[in-house]
Amino acid sequence: MIELDNVGYSYGRGGALLSDITLRLAPGSFHFLTGPSGAGKTTLLKLCYLELHPTVGRVHLYGVDGTRMTRDDVARTRQSIGVVHQDCRFLDHLSVAENIALPLTVSSRPVPGQDLHDLLHWVGLRNQAGQLPPELSGGERQRAALARAVMTDPQIIIADEPTGNIDWEMSLKLLGLLVELNRMGKTVMIATHDLALIRAAKSQVATRVLRIQAGRLTLAGADL
Amino acid sequence: MRVLDLSLLLGDAQADRVVPPTGFTAQLTLFTSAAMSFLAVFALALSLATGRVAETWSEALARASTIRISAPEGQLDAQTRAVEQVLATTPGIASFRVIPDAEQAQLLEPWLGPGLPLDDLPLPRLIEVIEDARGFAPDGLRLRLAAEAPGAVLDDHTRWRRPLVEAAEGLRWLGLLSLALIGGAMAGMITLAAQAALAANRQIIEVLRLVGARDVYIAGAFTRRFTHRAGLGALLGAGLGLVAIALLPGNDSAGSFLTGLGFQGVGWITPAFIPPVAAAVAFLATRSAALRMLGRLS
Repeated sequence: MIELDNVGYSYGRGGALLSDITLRLAPGSFHFLTGPSGAGKTTLLKLCYLELHPTVGRVHLYGVDGTRMTRDDVARTRQSIGVVHQDCRFLDHLSVAENIALPLTVSSRPVPGQDLHDLLHWVGLRNQAGQLPPELSGGERQRAALARAVMTDPQIIIADEPTGNIDWEMSLKLLGLLVELNRMGKTVMIATHDLALIRAAKSQVATRVLRIQAGRLTLAGADL
Repeated sequence: MRVLDLSLLLGDAQADRVVPPTGFTAQLTLFTSAAMSFLAVFALALSLATGRVAETWSEALARASTIRISAPEGQLDAQTRAVEQVLATTPGIASFRVIPDAEQAQLLEPWLGPGLPLDDLPLPRLIEVIEDARGFAPDGLRLRLAAEAPGAVLDDHTRWRRPLVEAAEGLRWLGLLSLALIGGAMAGMITLAAQAALAANRQIIEVLRLVGARDVYIAGAFTRRFTHRAGLGALLGAGLGLVAIALLPGNDSAGSFLTGLGFQGVGWITPAFIPPVAAAVAFLATRSAALRMLGRLS
């Protein structure tokens, strides 16, 4: 689904932040990406959903070379990748329900009312549908971001430090939703430095833990 | 990427909602468009009025000429008859007439006062010549007059008519240039307002890109918003401009050129083109600014 072949990335004229990264995310797999702050976790995720293009190597999404995609192709491809950020950003003048439906709205597709209702129910935000995003708590915002990420029924879910701003109880709740998505056949990749979260996930689902260190990707040891 | 996406013009209520509705750029665009359209109405009126004046002067003065005969007392009548014979056989002349003394006195009255003793003044005799559609050759007529009536001088008004017509033509072009400058200034100001709006809404644009919005979709949402504002502002400005023009004194009240500044006949319809043109200018300026900015994003 996502393949990175000998990918490297450097910002401006600085040294390489990432180098020689080779990674294949198989359909239905569950990956964690860990490493110290500033190691390049977010950059690697951005390379995966084509917000950044590699300075070296190639990224293939659904079998298509990302460097050969036009801006419109990238936009279309993002409809098939759900992304959740730590600082989940919304359009603050639109309601929670409208924000969740946004991926369909921007592609001029109709928003099935029942699907939206079910999704709000699934993430536990049925009563907050009409509220504006600034009125939500941190955990509610993360769940709303997850609901928005899966609105188009993507095959890949990428989450960048999704539990960074929420308490442990809410983190487990969010993890439960991601595990549920993985059991439905979705490919999930989560960047986090929260080892407890990784251990909690390993007790529920088969996971693969990757670590970025000194710009290179390695498989984490059994200690996790 | 398509050059023109019709949805950019026709509107999409859902898409329009992704751009926050308020902000100083809204008022700035509305005001700029209204002010520029108000000025455009005057520039248009100036251009049309000077065009009319140039045409009138050109036509009226081109048709009429004067022959002035200055000769000693005993030869004046003979030279007048000779000139009349020359004119009668000159092609391109529709009519001519000797201006009577009484009419000459009327023409001179504003300068010399009433009760003019014409008999005591050595005034030349004047013959008014009206040419037909073909017109006559002034150089040929001058040669014949020089031969038949040495005291006769043809004044075809060209000498003083040309600068007047040129001035009126110049004013007309000035009006058109003003319209172009107004359009350019409006495009510049709306571009700045659009860039400010895009910069202020950068986070919204990033969210839209993240959820898979194409550039034309995002640009369209901003473009429609600015096009509507500019169109509405232009409608207000052009309306006020028309009212102001209508309230100007009519050209029959004082008879001077300035009081003739306005619209006549179908000319009153021309300001109706200002709002769609302003909207088109806003559309192109905003779309170009939006696509440029989006192109810089990853």
